Amino acid sequence: MALNIVVCIKQVPDPEHFSKVSLDPVTKTISREGIPAIINPLDKNALEEGLRIKEKFSAKVAVITMGPPQARRALEEALAMGADEAFLLCDKAFAAADTLGTACALAPGIQKIGHFDLVLCGNETVDSGTGQVGPQIAQFLNIPYLTKVKEIAFDEERTLIVKRGLEQGYMRVRVKLPALLAVNKEINKPRLTTAFGIIAAAEKEIKAFDCRELGVDPNDVGISGSPTRVVETFQRVSQRRREVIYGSPEEAVKKTTERLKEFGALVQ
Amino acid sequence: MSKEIWVWAEQRQGRLMPVSLELLGKGQELSRKLGGKVAAVLMGAEVRELAAELLEHGCEKVYVAEDPILSLYQSGPYGNLLAGYIEESKPEIVLWGATSVGGELAAWVAARLRTGLTAHCIDLYIDDIKGKPQLVQVVPGWGGNLALKIVCDTTPQMATVKPGVMAEAPRTKAQGEILPLAVEIKGGDFRAETIEIVEEELEERPLEEAKIVVAGGWGLNSLGSFELVGELAKVLGGAVGGTRPALDKGWITESSLIGQSGKTVSPDLFISLGASGAAQFTTGFEKAKVILAVEQNPQAPIFEIADIGIVGDLKSILPLLIQELKKGL
Repeated sequence: MALNIVVCIKQVPDPEHFSKVSLDPVTKTISREGIPAIINPLDKNALEEGLRIKEKFSAKVAVITMGPPQARRALEEALAMGADEAFLLCDKAFAAADTLGTACALAPGIQKIGHFDLVLCGNETVDSGTGQVGPQIAQFLNIPYLTKVKEIAFDEERTLIVKRGLEQGYMRVRVKLPALLAVNKEINKPRLTTAFGIIAAAEKEIKAFDCRELGVDPNDVGISGSPTRVVETFQRVSQRRREVIYGSPEEAVKKTTERLKEFGALVQ
Repeated sequence: MSKEIWVWAEQRQGRLMPVSLELLGKGQELSRKLGGKVAAVLMGAEVRELAAELLEHGCEKVYVAEDPILSLYQSGPYGNLLAGYIEESKPEIVLWGATSVGGELAAWVAARLRTGLTAHCIDLYIDDIKGKPQLVQVVPGWGGNLALKIVCDTTPQMATVKPGVMAEAPRTKAQGEILPLAVEIKGGDFRAETIEIVEEELEERPLEEAKIVVAGGWGLNSLGSFELVGELAKVLGGAVGGTRPALDKGWITESSLIGQSGKTVSPDLFISLGASGAAQFTTGFEKAKVILAVEQNPQAPIFEIADIGIVGDLKSILPLLIQELKKGL
């Protein structure tokens, strides 16, 4: 069985540096300055799962992303982890897309790579977290899909038995390939890149496609292909007391405890 | 004829998911401004009792798709049927619960209908946008109290809302009607076939029911472990939660994740430790009665939404706080 696996990844701001996010007191906008970009954590789980399948059976693992030219970095890292080939969908026409506009570019991108049996992606991203792009790609590709996937097992040659998470418990689903699976963190622990992997990645080529090369109508992608639009950014009124307590740790803790008692917050 | 507002009323194992009644409450509010009836769409094997429950909460119409094959959620048939019903009846608005099932189903249906879908709305209302009444969908922005208003230029206008965000529709005298829908299952629909649902007992009391929640973020890294978060929760008789970075770090499990892609909680006291206050996290505990935040970056947006904030190092503050609270109780 030779499988063609495509893993969709996204470059996102590193959540470990979210503490560097600060509010500009004047403009009340968020500064992302100094926050490095990484592969969305769950997308790494998706790639890891693809690589594990490749190690068990014979398979080829391609990674694809839509993004600005610097998204190449994410693809390079994926190649260093062990992906065989990488594809960058890059065009100004793709910018400012909502989930529908994003799926409208990724689905033809996946088809452009060639024959595929399994599409893997992270269940959601840390930056927008909608979890919508996976199911929407599946719809455009007309393949079955599952989200919140925490375990994949091969049943027959082209049939998988998948465990997908629920609020309490899980669902067992039989899926025929080709299919799209959006994975959760529980599925595996992504490998680290090795020096060998980085050297091997240098030999691999990243292919880039623009809108025209994908054969996609620019009106279907990016901001023009996105039915939802932001009409306003605003500051919500906080009803909170916003009392900040300074001083030595001892003083701060003492004062905080007094306040909590005052507010009746410690009564159980 | 005025347009309808639809609510996808999710049932699982023959029980109505509570978010369905919360969406119904919001739907009723929207219809007072927009006009038109509020209808629920209910799918399953035998769901008449659940339809009655929706009517008792003021639902004006319950569309019922009943078939043994729909007993368990099946992504293919559920998606195809719903897309078909929406194409036929053309509701103006469709609201979905952002459950583990509702989120994917809404996304798939939106793609099939080529319409917009806004995820995890924290508020919904009708407003005139360029002279036309539209559904304004409010979602959190990046950090602090920033929020975005989103509208959708295609119909139906669709949004998902997480459980626990909206208020449930109150009980009232049932006056609405139950209307059956045709269930036509097309071939190829079962390429993904749900075999079974396995319900697992939660090891701990659900986070949503705790009176006090203590949650940790990336800042706990300076302590090298999450242990003291648990200890503080234990002292207070509360539950432990965490941020996305805490989950990535392996300090908490998925079921303790708080925020946009995790749980929404509304305890009497919420304690945030070492979290900067990205909106993806803070929207998960907006309705807490009192919020205490400990964080070392004085510029962190968390202080914008906290009642009490301590700027300082968790390493020195947390043990003292545990000690002090132990004494006081």
